[in-house]
This record gives sequence, structure tokens and C-alpha cells, in this order.
Amino acid sequence: MLDLVLTQTLNGLASASSLFLVACGLSIIFGVTRIVNFAHGSLYMLGGYLAFTLVTWLGPADPLGFWGGVILAVLLTGLAGVLIEALILRRIYQAPELFQLLATFGVVLMLQDIALATWGPEDKLGPRAPGFRSFVILFDNRFPSYELFLIAVGPVVLGLIWLLFHRTRWGVLIRAATQDREMVSALGVNQRLLFTSVFAFGAALAGLGGALQLPREAINLHMDLSMIAEAFVVVVVGGLGSVTGAYLAAVLIGVLHAFGILILPKITLVLVFLVMAAVLIVRPHGLLGKAAVEPRGHAGQLFLLRPADGAAKAFGAVALGLLVLAPLVVPDHVVLTLTDLVIFAVFAASLHLLMGPGGITSFGHAAYFGLGAYGAALAVKWLGSPMEEALMLAPLMAGIAGAIFGWFCVRLSGVYLAMLTLAFAQIAWATAFQWVDLTGGDNGILGVWPSAWAVPKMAFYYLALAIAVLVIAALRIIIFAPFGYALRAGRDSPLRAEAIGLDVGRLQWAAFVIAAIAAGIAGGLFAFSKGSVFPTYMAIPRSVDALLMVLLGGVQTVAGPVIGAFAYMGLNEQLMKLTAYWRFVLGLSIVLLVVLFPRGLVGTWLYWRARRESAAQAAATA
Amino acid sequence: MSAPVPPVLEARDLARSFGGVKAVDGASFSVEAGKLVALIGPNGAGKTTCFNMLNGQIKPDRGEVLLAGQPITGLAPRKIWRLGVGRTFQITATFASMTVRENVQMALISHAGKSWRLFGRADQRRLGPADALLAQVGMAEQAEHACGVLAYGDLKRVELAVALANEPKLLLMDEPTAGMAPQERIALMALTARIARQRGIAVLFTEHDMDVVFAHADRVLVLDRGRLIASGTSAEVRSNPQVRAVYLGSGVTSGGH
Amino acid sequence: MTALLELAGVEAWYGRAKILHGVGFSVGHGEVVALMGRNGAGKSTTMKAVIGLVPEPQGSIRFEGKEIAGREPFAIARLGIGYVPEDRRVFSDLTVMENLEVGRQPARAGAPHWTPERLFDLFPNLGRMRDRPGGAMSGGEQQMLTIARTLMGNPRLLLLDEPSEGLAPVIVEAMAQTIRVLKGEGLSVLLSEQNLHFAGSIADRAVIIEKGLIRFDDTMAALKADEAARSQYLAV
Repeated sequence: MLDLVLTQTLNGLASASSLFLVACGLSIIFGVTRIVNFAHGSLYMLGGYLAFTLVTWLGPADPLGFWGGVILAVLLTGLAGVLIEALILRRIYQAPELFQLLATFGVVLMLQDIALATWGPEDKLGPRAPGFRSFVILFDNRFPSYELFLIAVGPVVLGLIWLLFHRTRWGVLIRAATQDREMVSALGVNQRLLFTSVFAFGAALAGLGGALQLPREAINLHMDLSMIAEAFVVVVVGGLGSVTGAYLAAVLIGVLHAFGILILPKITLVLVFLVMAAVLIVRPHGLLGKAAVEPRGHAGQLFLLRPADGAAKAFGAVALGLLVLAPLVVPDHVVLTLTDLVIFAVFAASLHLLMGPGGITSFGHAAYFGLGAYGAALAVKWLGSPMEEALMLAPLMAGIAGAIFGWFCVRLSGVYLAMLTLAFAQIAWATAFQWVDLTGGDNGILGVWPSAWAVPKMAFYYLALAIAVLVIAALRIIIFAPFGYALRAGRDSPLRAEAIGLDVGRLQWAAFVIAAIAAGIAGGLFAFSKGSVFPTYMAIPRSVDALLMVLLGGVQTVAGPVIGAFAYMGLNEQLMKLTAYWRFVLGLSIVLLVVLFPRGLVGTWLYWRARRESAAQAAATA
Repeated sequence: MSAPVPPVLEARDLARSFGGVKAVDGASFSVEAGKLVALIGPNGAGKTTCFNMLNGQIKPDRGEVLLAGQPITGLAPRKIWRLGVGRTFQITATFASMTVRENVQMALISHAGKSWRLFGRADQRRLGPADALLAQVGMAEQAEHACGVLAYGDLKRVELAVALANEPKLLLMDEPTAGMAPQERIALMALTARIARQRGIAVLFTEHDMDVVFAHADRVLVLDRGRLIASGTSAEVRSNPQVRAVYLGSGVTSGGH
Repeated sequence: MTALLELAGVEAWYGRAKILHGVGFSVGHGEVVALMGRNGAGKSTTMKAVIGLVPEPQGSIRFEGKEIAGREPFAIARLGIGYVPEDRRVFSDLTVMENLEVGRQPARAGAPHWTPERLFDLFPNLGRMRDRPGGAMSGGEQQMLTIARTLMGNPRLLLLDEPSEGLAPVIVEAMAQTIRVLKGEGLSVLLSEQNLHFAGSIADRAVIIEKGLIRFDDTMAALKADEAARSQYLAV
């Protein structure tokens, strides 16, 4: 038993090093540029693939070939970071942070297809590291010496980074810029150079993390998202901006993973979740984190929220009329598409309640959509529920999850909160994926069919449409009711809201639950519309879908997300039909959209309108 | 000088340290209904800490805060607000996505305990009382404007209206005139003084502008390194040599006091 | 001889609101100029437009004859303009010495050269707390640190945004003394101020801005004599 504990501890420590390298790079880049680099996991994957190719090419048996290949891979990943920063991010530093995030997600999609095209879909198994092929006998156990080498890498890099940050001018500038980059620039420091160098440094760290995995694990196309989700957990647990915290958290998470396999082999991530929850209850800002410093500079522009005027209402009525009449004239497959669009409109509207009036960014809203779908499917599979009953259980399951996850989330704010939502969503995803006995794992649950009356496409469409109209109307009523105002008050000025007796935390928590219930309703409908559920329903890309729908339509209006849902999902569907590399095309479109319209479509329009009005006013008074 | 009615606010021997540094070290004072009391002192003297202990943001290590004789020490800011303490902030804090009227309506809705209603339009609630408050601070004409586009002085007036929405017994104002032009400063404090006297509200405010302090404060408290070093009328405090040394200076750059 | 800093027809926006509607004035070599006006009149925006912190300013801003409008802040700072923001913005996690290091730039011909030791002569308080984090200092000490940090860039022109705001009168007096010393070193200063007593005790010239336009531009003595201008624009 003791042997096992020791072995697993060393295993955990070894895997912690790569996790630390990635999380620490993510944290440093965020500190200076205020960009949450979603593509950091992709850089880690890139480091792995590049190391594979370079080591194979330079000769894996030769120490110079192997280590030279690793170093070259690290440098090339750093260079990839420079390219991403110079070509994309540099153009959008003034954009709202969510748009920056979307741009980096665009990069994730592009790199996925680039890796697929370059290295193919098969896993790449790397060679053992020359000089570290043997075993070390520790307490009568054989332990690979490469693992011991990896264990040492973490603390060594941690020490080097500390020296870099406290003993060099570059490091001092990085720390200063983490606090107030605008001021650093006003003091004569070339911000552009600083940002590019920081991005290259962070990318190189991720690349090192990936390259060092080569002798240990197969390099594959799923490394990017699974790593980024874990890196977010590490950053949240360790405390945003703390390099030492990132190390401690990486060790904690790494060791937990190793032991989780022994204790709860089916749901290791649940253990990680419990520990993360425990840490956040005791220390809401992570092990070594401080209260989040809100980035200064451009505060989010707040526009008056007004109910729709006559013209907008008439437009809405016409659009609804068209949706009601559509199935009478269009073919069946279009009815199916319309059903999906209507369901996604509910999904987008539910996220909008959080992001608009709530001011809460969720990177993991798919969790509630997916849990709704699973709630319905599990009810059908295990309880033998009919559709009507299953559709009730769907929002119940999502709502309970929203209440539990939301309770933790509303204790944080900003990007930190967003990372936590993603971590929770990833846990929900992993549970569905790993708990095969209950959920069928990757194979999903099949045979989730509607009741007989709703089996015809048209009947199910009208069911979905009716529920969608009810849910969206309810959300709209809530937004203009005292609750919605109070929620918005907490977003506009938490200080003032508390000072007039509003319990901002509880209001946000309630909004979380309401949004989760609405998303769960959408998920339940989706399960019956498809007849099956899969873990991908709550994977990261689906959460990003929701973000894109809301942002494309604009958070400033209530109707925006509904329009966004139709525009985005419609486009998406067409794209998938056109090309096998649809991810690349979609990623590129997202990046271009953000670079060309850094304020978002609706935001750009509102900005120019306001600026024109202001100029006209000035001309009138002058 | 003992009054039959307890003062609206009474602080007894308040103390609070941060990491071994005594930010406030045994401050006792009181504010009576209808009076304006200024709390002045150098930066770092403990004014903010003192304020935050009164409004519940910080728990004191020692001492008591009484509101109309009832202990409120250590209660959450929300509870203290419900007991009748209004606040304004040094940097204005209003709801930028709402109109001026909606800002006041929001405070009134919360005061009425209706902020959790999920239906019924919020902007139709408590219209009359909201407009009455806005008229009182001279903002009735701008009721429909977005708070985000108001001039700074007007925002301060909106804040005052919001702070009055819970019919407070006590108003805590943190540097109420910071960032305003001199004439606006006098006007805002004159308005505050008038309302306070009409409604019998006790007002405690911190301030760096000595013109404002000496023109409007019924009493001035001077804090230095966590201790109250002087308390009295404007004239008394002004001529106090210790106050001149640590805070007021010779008066060349501050208007010749 | 041309002015050190010359603004002409400068327009600037803050978000969607137009703040400056064509500002024009100049600062001569070795001059201390007070930019005065109410809150929201455009003083801080003018300062930020000069150092490049306002996006897309229109019009002309010339420093030593070179057009600088629209350049990036670091490029403008490197020409010899030092900016001290109104809310101080010291790096609270960095020590005094590290704060100074961030501001350090190479020596510049025609401008006083500052080292940490020389600055500690000017601000003896700072010399006694070299390893203290900026966040653990009082407001007055932070104000000194932020000026010292800017001087490490060896500027020819110093932009001081509301240096007396929020400071106790004794500290304000010390600040006035410091500015006189800097003027003695040959530095030019543009300071924004609402406090006429303070500005009057150190500035050679006063420029009054109101609603984004310059309304008065003359010597400080002329402003002190012009009661109409004082009451109309400064409300004192």
C-alpha cells in the first residue's frame, strides 16, 4: 500500500510539471496583456507535435538530437506565439476582453485543423529520452528516471522565473505592466515589444510543457482543450497572477489525479472538483491569489437598456409569424434545421441573462445545456419516463447543477469567474465521458424519442417553438422586472448596489439558476430533437457557440442573442456541409470578425451612432 | 451636555489594526440629528477606516457603534442600510445603464423590499416618490437622462437623492465634493445642510476642502494617526496649533485659513 | 524661438463623448503653466492627449517643433515628456527602487539627469523607504514617488495632472516647493489644477479651459487681477 502511495505521488508530481508550465505561461500572459489565451493549450499541443517531428528528424537515440529537438520545438512554439500576437492580438488590445477571448478561440480551431492536416489523426508516440531510459529503485520500487527528471523541472523553472522577475529589468517591467500597463507605456517603455516578448515567453513555456510530454505520453489532437481546461483549474486554485500559486496548484491537481485513479477510477475529475471547491471556500481568490485587480483603462460602455420600440416589436411579430408559417411551405430537413435554431435561440437567451444584465461571463454555459439533455435522456433510459416528464426533469437537473456551480462562481468576478465556469463545465463533461455505466460514455445515450404525438417533424417543431417563445418571453419579463433591474444594478456598480441594500451575490446566484434552468430546457428539447445525447453537448466548443451567438447579436439588447443564434448556427451548419476543414474556416472567420469589428457588430454600430450624436450636439451648442 | 435622547450616531472607543499598524486607535465621537459633522485629517490618518467601521464594511477590533442608542457594531453593510444609514461615495457610484429616475426607483424598490420581484415593469414602480426626491435635489428636469452622460456635479446630486431613498437617520458622505468646481462644492453642501436640517438627518462627512468644512460643519473632528486630536467648532479647530502643524499648515496653498 | 510644447485645434473623445473641441495653447522653455478649469472641463484629457493616452486625437500637438499627435505614449515619453497622472498610479507591488527602475531612461541632452540618489536628495522620505512596496505608502508619499518615477526618464517637460488633489494642505505646500526646485533645474512644467491658491503660488502663466475650449491665456498676475475671468470660469 505504501509503495502504491509513493508511486502515485511521484507520478502526480511528474505530471504536475507540464501542467505548471502551461498554467504559469497562461497566468503571465494574462497579467500583462489581460488576454485569457484560450489557445495556450493549443501551443502546448503544438510543442508536443513539433518535438515529435524534430526529434525524429534529428535522431531520437542521440542525446544531442533529442534535446536539440526539444529546445528547437520550444523556440518554434515561442515563435508561433510571436506570430499569433503580432498578427492577431496586437490589433485587438482595445477590444472588450470577451472579443479577445473569442479571437484566441478562433486560433484554437485553426490550430486544430492545421495539426490535423500536418500530423494526421493518429496518436504520435515519441521516443524515450536519451540518458533517462533506466529505472531508479526507490523503496524497492522501480521508478522511471525520466519521471524524476520531470519532477525536478517544475521547481527549477519556478526558481528561474522568480530570478527573472526580481533581478532583471525585463522582469520588473513585466510586474509593473501586470499592474498598470498604460502607465508603463507612458513612462517610455515600448509596450508592443513588451507584449510580444511576454507572449513569446508564455508560449515557449507551454511548448516546453508539451515537448517534455513526448517520452511520456502519446501526442494527440485532444491535448489542447483537455490541457486548457486543467490549466484554468490550476490558475483558479493557485490564484490568478501568482506563479508560485500555479506551481502549488499544479502539484495538488497532479497528485489528486494520480490518486483519483485509485479511489474513484470512474470519475477522477469529481475529486479534483471537490478539492477545488474546498480551496475556494477557504480562499476565494485561490491559494496565493489576491483580490482581483480590475483592469483599468477602457471601462465597459454601458448603454441605457430600453424596452423594444414599436418598430422593433412589429419586426419581432412578423418574424414570429414567419416561423409559425414556415413548416407549411418548407421541406422536412429545413424544419429540422429550424427546430435546432429555435432551441439554440433559447440557449443563447439563457446565457444573455447572465452576460447582459448579470454582467457575468460564462465560458461553460454548455454544462447546463448538456445536463438538461442528459437529464432528459437519463430519465428516459433509467426511469422509463415519457417525453413530457423527461422535459420537466431536464431543467431540474440543470437548475440543481446551476445552483451548486453558481454558488461558487458568484463569489468571484471577471475572468476569474469565467475560468471557474469553464472548469465546472469541463467536470460535467468529464463525468458524462468517464462514468460509462451511467451515461454510456463516448457512445452516449441513444433512443431518446419524443412521445408519439410529437414524432412528426412538424409537431415537434411547434412544440419547440411554443416552449422557446414562452421561455424567451419569461426571460424578457424578468429582465425588465425589479429583479432584472437589481441584477443590472449589481453589474453597473456593486458598491452602490450593496449600499442600497441589494444582495448582489444572491441576485447573481439566482440569475445563475434561472439561466441554467432555461439552458436545461433547451438541452432537453435538443435531446428529443436528435433522439440521442453525447458528452460533446457540454464540451468547450458548445460553450463557445453560446458565447458567439450572444456576442454576435450583441449583449446590449434583449433581442440580440436570439438574432445571433439564428445567424451563427445557420452559418455554422452551412460551413460544415461545405468543407472537411470547417474548423479552420470558422476559426479564421471568428478572428477576422474580431479584428475588423473590435467592438462587435452591434457595439460598432452603437459607438459610431453615439459619436455622431455627440458631435452633432457639440455643433449645435457651439 | 447629556441629552435625554441618545445621539443618532455614537462611536465609542473604536479601534482597528491592519498587520500591526493601528489605523484607528480609540476614537469616540457622536453626531446629533440635523447636524453636519466633518471628519478631517492627513492622508492615512484613519478617516476611511473609521468610516468603513461605521458603515459595516470593516469590523472593529474594539469599541462600539450605536445608531440611535442601538448597537450596530459589526453588522453587514446591507443591514446597517436597512436600519437607516445612507451613504455617498468619494467617486460617484451610480447605475450607468439606467436613467436618473430609475436609479432612485431602484433604491426605493429595494427599500420597500421588492427587489426580488420577477415580473411587473420596474420602471413603473414608485414613480411619485422618485420624482419627489429628484425635485428635492434639483434634478427633476433630467429624470429621463442616462446617468452615464450626466455632468459630475449632477451625478453627485443623484447620489444624494439615492442616499435619501431609505429615509435615513444618518448620512455618511465620503469626500462629497471631491472633484467638483469650488462653486458647485458650496452649492452641494448647502443643499445637503438644508435637507439635513429639514428632515433632522445627522450627517458625518470627510473632506479635504477647508472652505467647505469651515462653511458648513457644525462641528469638526480632527483625526491623526488613528487618534482624535481635536474636536470643536470651525474657529476652535482652525486656531488649534496641533491641527495646524499636522494638517492645515500655514494656509498659503489652501486659501489662507 | 519656438515654444517647447504647442497645441493647435486639438480635438479628443473619451469613449463616445467629445471632450476637447479645438484646444490651442503653448508652453515655453523653462516655463510653469497652470491649466485651470472646473472638473470635466477637459484638463486631464488635454494632458492625456499630449502623452498619447487618448485614442485618435485630432489637430496638432508639437513638441520641440515635432508633430506628436497620434503617436504612441512610449514614443512621446522618449522624446522627453514626463507624465504624472492625477490618481498617482504607483506600482503597488513594486518597491520604491523598482518603481524608479520602471521610469528609468537614458540621459538626455538639455535636460537635468536624475539618479535615484539625486531624487532621494529632493524627496528625503523616499530615500528612507527604498525597499517598501508602493502600496504600503501614504498618499503624500505616493505622490512624491510618482513624480520621482517620472523624473527618472529625464524629461524636458513635466505634465502634472492635479498634483494637489486629495492631499493635506501641509503636503500641498511641500509639493509647491518641489515644483519650484524643478523649475530651478530648468524643467518646464504644465500642471492642471483647480486650486487657484496653489497654482498662483508657482505658475508663470495660466490657461483656462472650459467645455473643451481655451477661454483665457495670460500671465498668472493678469488672472489674479481679472476678477471677471476668475468668477466666470473658475467660480472662485
